[in-house]
Amino acid sequence: MSAIQLQVLLQTIIQGFLLGGLYALLGIGMTLIMGVMKIINLAHGELMMVAMYIAFVLFSAFHIDPYLSVLVAAPALFLLGAAIQKFLIDPVLKVDSILPENQVILTVGIGMVLANVATMIFKSDYRQTPVDYATTAWYLTDLWKTSPIELSLSLPWTVSFVFAVLITAGLWFFLTKTDMGKSIRATSQDRDAALLMGVNVDRMRMITFGLGSALVGAAGCLFIPIYYIYPDIGGQFTLIAFVITILGGLGSTVGAIIGGLILGLFESLTATYLGMGWAPVGRFVIFVGALIFLPGGVASLLKAKKFK
Amino acid sequence: MIIGLLALLPLIGLSSYVMHILILVIMWSVIGMAWNLLSGYCGQVSFGHAAFFGTGAYTAGMLYSKFGISGWWGLPASIIVVTGFALVIGYICLRLRGPFFALATLSMGVILRITAENLVDFTGGDLGIMIRERTWVEKIWYYYIILAIACGTYLAVKVIIGSKLGYYFVAIREDQDAAESLGINTTFYKTIALCISAVLTGFAGAFYTNYMGYIDPKVVFALHDISIVAIMVVMVGGVATFWGPAVGAVIMVVLAEYIRSLPGLGTAHQTLFGVLLIVIIIFLPNGIVGDFPKLKRLFNMKGAAS
Amino acid sequence: MSFLELKHIYRFFGGLAAIKDVSFEVRQGEILGLIGPNGAGKTTLFNVVNGFYHPTRGEVLFKDQRISGLKPHQICKLGIARTFQVVRPLQRMSVLDNVVASAFLRARDKTEAAQFARDELQFTGLYDERDQISKGLPLGKRKRLEIARALATRPELLLLDESFAGLNPTELDESIGIIRKIKERGITIMIIEHHMKVIMAISDRIVVLNYGEKIAEGTPLEIRNNPLVVEAYLGDTQRA
Repeated sequence: MSAIQLQVLLQTIIQGFLLGGLYALLGIGMTLIMGVMKIINLAHGELMMVAMYIAFVLFSAFHIDPYLSVLVAAPALFLLGAAIQKFLIDPVLKVDSILPENQVILTVGIGMVLANVATMIFKSDYRQTPVDYATTAWYLTDLWKTSPIELSLSLPWTVSFVFAVLITAGLWFFLTKTDMGKSIRATSQDRDAALLMGVNVDRMRMITFGLGSALVGAAGCLFIPIYYIYPDIGGQFTLIAFVITILGGLGSTVGAIIGGLILGLFESLTATYLGMGWAPVGRFVIFVGALIFLPGGVASLLKAKKFK
Repeated sequence: MIIGLLALLPLIGLSSYVMHILILVIMWSVIGMAWNLLSGYCGQVSFGHAAFFGTGAYTAGMLYSKFGISGWWGLPASIIVVTGFALVIGYICLRLRGPFFALATLSMGVILRITAENLVDFTGGDLGIMIRERTWVEKIWYYYIILAIACGTYLAVKVIIGSKLGYYFVAIREDQDAAESLGINTTFYKTIALCISAVLTGFAGAFYTNYMGYIDPKVVFALHDISIVAIMVVMVGGVATFWGPAVGAVIMVVLAEYIRSLPGLGTAHQTLFGVLLIVIIIFLPNGIVGDFPKLKRLFNMKGAAS
Repeated sequence: MSFLELKHIYRFFGGLAAIKDVSFEVRQGEILGLIGPNGAGKTTLFNVVNGFYHPTRGEVLFKDQRISGLKPHQICKLGIARTFQVVRPLQRMSVLDNVVASAFLRARDKTEAAQFARDELQFTGLYDERDQISKGLPLGKRKRLEIARALATRPELLLLDESFAGLNPTELDESIGIIRKIKERGITIMIIEHHMKVIMAISDRIVVLNYGEKIAEGTPLEIRNNPLVVEAYLGDTQRA
């Protein structure tokens, strides 16, 4: 392999990794909601879109760095998510109807409203948050003067990745070490048992949806410095979150991380070697493929390994 | 009786615009009844019916653009083409349950749209297909054709639901495992439901091509404007009822037109649809026809209060 | 010719063995009770016989024909019907329609299916409720509806999963009566049940499972006196 080919490959892999970290954050929010509440949230991407617009507005009007916006957007999304859960989703689950898929359809409706309201406020143009450091990067040749290849590590990408890792670690800590986190996991594994053990299941559901929304909100703030935003962007992020969730295994945070990394790598490789246009189709193919061939996701593979 | 009234309606001389609305209403009734068969009665909630609508539409369109024959041949031809697609889509998706089936069908619709956009030599890509020679100038003949399709669809649904198929579909919807244990080959019957539903939707698509004279992937394979509207038509009107889809079609089409005509509110129709969807799901999950007693009580209470 | 034969059935889930080397026979015309503490694998075994699971190892033979590996609806066509532990009626259909739906398996047309359905409703004492929506029925009647539905498929072997759980004494007696009548019709029955009194009373033979393995097989009297069984149920013997 020539130096150039190696360079392209390594760069692609690095990029895929960085992207995967962000994707993982996107997926964790959804898998948490699916695992605990058994709810399919087709408005997941639209929630991220809301957070991105919050970051955009804060940046345009007050010059607040998007990374700081996480501190605003995440709590805001938490409240939004909890409200949605309490006032819209819970009533639907209690209603008796012929179609069991009502809850999915409900989230479609919510997504439509969010996307359309955003269109009315912001119009359909692509917006960005051009931060000063957008093009800053670290170069391998700065460190290793005689390197045969050049690799670059973009600053915003890296910062986003690091933040994503920190947030994921914080979440992991929360879920395993705190009482509330353990209650959430208990509710996810066996709702009735959790009820019997005194867990306030309704409150857990609200908190979980809020938490899932906050996570995706954080992901949005981390994404906007390196991407762009328009009102209908929610759809593709919802899809990405789904692919990761299914790939990783429903309800498994570890699975979501692995799934995110896999998808990130896959998209990066596809973009480099096949061209940008194929990305959406690739996602769908993985999605349907995972649904059919690996319904338990990576998590089921890990579980099987444990027993062998 | 209603059919008779509808048949006589155009003779009183309605404007072209009103005829257009009526035609749309009836077309959406067909799509709604078709979706209702698979999703309302058989319980397999499809989020990708645009796949069948678009396939039917393109069958008609491509017969014209590739073979130079009248797009109307698309109606019978679509039976074969759409069934073929339905079998493939069914093979992939029907093994999945509930929300996963919904997501998979959604994906199918999008995949077909992207495919139609990219196979430019085959489908004309984003430019779409335009039929230059309009079969008729007056709308009245289109009206009768779609009315005939709608009547046929209504009768077909009625006969199917009253037969062994109908029992099996509902049994599958209520509890697929129990149905399977009672000797019902659920895969086979779900596939039948899917194919019938797909073909009927394909008819609507083929009709659409001939009526509008122009199609492109973004229109006929649209997620929000076709697949989700199909769901809304039936959810608003009444799932698993005979007249629900028709009622829903009237409401949705009229509502869409009304909103479009209001100044300043033009682009907001998705928001209002979304809100309507949310309201219906929470308060009238079985639609207007399905939850009619509930609706009556709501209005009676209002009347009593005032 | 053996009627139903389970040969060295194993069923693994991931790495966990839910059923380990279970073999036994069900003789034609008998009522075989399947008992064991919670989690012993009884319903899993039904799922294997019924076709919902394929055995990881071993095979199930029905009238000397291998049925393990067939789909549930094919197994039903061959003559094995089952009820579920958590009753699953077709909720929004009437009692009659519930049974008509399953009667279509053997009936030539809708009229005949309706007739079969009415017959089974009479048999299980649900005829008066035939037009009621099944969702509103009390538990006891819903359990009988499950049985009526299964019977409408004209089975030779009926798998009953906890048909007596949650019933009051009157309902219990009615159900026992129905089971006995089913046996009189010539239908073989394999029944999972926790109600010791009931199982001892109606079974011709009993098989006991614990932790996925068969630990005993014999007549009710032999089982009652079997120390292994008593030990497995330590604490559970109060349940009758």
